[in-house]
Amino acid sequence: MRRSEAAHGYLLVGPPALYAILLLAAPLGTIAVYSFLTDGYLEIVREFTLANYHEAWTNELYRTVMLRSLGVAMAVTAVTVVLAFPVAYFVSFHVAPERKSLWLFLITIPFWTSYLIRVFLWKVILGFNGVINSGLLGLGIIDEPLTFILYNVNAVVITLAHAYAPFAILPIFVALEKIDRALLEAGQDLGESKLMTFWRVTLPLAMPGVIASVLIVFIPTIGDYVTPQLVGGPEGRMVANLIQLQYLKLDNYPLGSAIAVSAMSIVTVVSLIFLFLNRRFLRGPK
Amino acid sequence: MKGGGFRIYALAYLLFLYAPIILLPLFAFNEGTVIAFPLTGFSTKWFVQAANQPTLWQAVKNSLIIAGSASVLSTVLGIFAARASTRYQFPGKAGLMGLIMLPLVLPEIIVAVSLLVVLLGLGINLTIFTVILGHVLICTPFTIAILSSAFQSLDRSLEEAAYDLGETAVSTFRLIILPLVMPGIISSLLISFTISLDEFIIAFFLAGTEPTLPIYIFSQFRFPQAVPVIMALGTVLVACSIVLLATAEYFRRRGLARSGAKDTGGFL
Repeated sequence: MRRSEAAHGYLLVGPPALYAILLLAAPLGTIAVYSFLTDGYLEIVREFTLANYHEAWTNELYRTVMLRSLGVAMAVTAVTVVLAFPVAYFVSFHVAPERKSLWLFLITIPFWTSYLIRVFLWKVILGFNGVINSGLLGLGIIDEPLTFILYNVNAVVITLAHAYAPFAILPIFVALEKIDRALLEAGQDLGESKLMTFWRVTLPLAMPGVIASVLIVFIPTIGDYVTPQLVGGPEGRMVANLIQLQYLKLDNYPLGSAIAVSAMSIVTVVSLIFLFLNRRFLRGPK
Repeated sequence: MKGGGFRIYALAYLLFLYAPIILLPLFAFNEGTVIAFPLTGFSTKWFVQAANQPTLWQAVKNSLIIAGSASVLSTVLGIFAARASTRYQFPGKAGLMGLIMLPLVLPEIIVAVSLLVVLLGLGINLTIFTVILGHVLICTPFTIAILSSAFQSLDRSLEEAAYDLGETAVSTFRLIILPLVMPGIISSLLISFTISLDEFIIAFFLAGTEPTLPIYIFSQFRFPQAVPVIMALGTVLVACSIVLLATAEYFRRRGLARSGAKDTGGFL
């Protein structure tokens, strides 16, 4: 007598689910609780308070960093997805089927190579004596090195857009691959131009992939630590740097937790609004 | 040649993606101490210097222990989850799988601080072991993504035939299913090994006094004179990860070919 389907399923999903509940859900719950506790000297006082949230949301510095993180994440998402779409389109529509996995492999390799070293190399590329400046100086295009490309928000956006590129390309590629090519021919047979066919057939059908890319880039970007730390300079610091400061330097766990929970809530709300605005693309076939 | 304009754009994009990796060996073999152009001459001294640092070797050893353990543990968990999600229906499946896959999008700093708070609260000392706990959490979603496609392409009638011939669920899994998904498993081991080896922020919070390789690299960025050595080390690391990834890709494709599935593109 074999066990039922559901019992088998639970038995199998048990170990990974238990692991995620104990080491992910429970810790996330814990920082949510911590964010309402009071930071005493050397220990955490078990006293309910909203003071941490008050501090996180009204302190000028924290608010600036939070808004900047949101702005940077949105800019990175927009740049990454817009630049990635033509690449995904090219690989899906113009590359021979047997060469597609080679292209995808080439696109993903840089993503897997040491993140720290890649970010550091952007510092080399964008720096005062960097590749871009020495190149432009050598060609006589500029007279003195450009300074607006390192240690500020621009540098953070460029470096993050580079880091998350494959994340943006792959979901769009998958969505484009699913499009029935006969629909495009039908569009053109019915007298639409190539551009209009793209606008009215291809793009709407690719939207689920675009939406997935936006979320998969936007959510982790807002919490990136290494890039703002290495190339952002003082005016490029983001929320992860603030969280690290509270936890490891200032030892203020409740305030750090309140900032972390606030950042996650903002990300969730922005993502939900984005999904709501795009709901018509996500409805399944009627 | 198809797609003229798009092809030029895509090649330019690839150049943008590869720019840092192309520069890396240039600076690693450059004689000068300053990381800037123009280059001053060929030298392998930075590689020699890197090889002569005991703290670096200790960090490499820690990283290898962590990456080895994390890749095995996360692949085992991934096998369970991928099998459950591709083969069985049960209530609450979407929620549970969503939770397991959550670290894929959750900022790593959030995973890091929440684990830190709980581990310290429980009075657990921060060691290599605590880093492994964190890395298994972030590697598992990737292993599930790879293994799901391996399990998905299995023909269910093979399994039923084994049952009819008197095999139990466990022996069927060992004799029929495991050999078929083996390439997927190897690919998943290699990918999670690469992710763990490269992971910085979780290790930074959870490693205590036992630095991993990325922590060592990060600490060296503060000293300008140490940077050429890091470039040499980076060159070696990039070469290693490309070999690991190419091997993973080879096994992934072989797995798909073995089960007769259509190749839908890369992992991730």
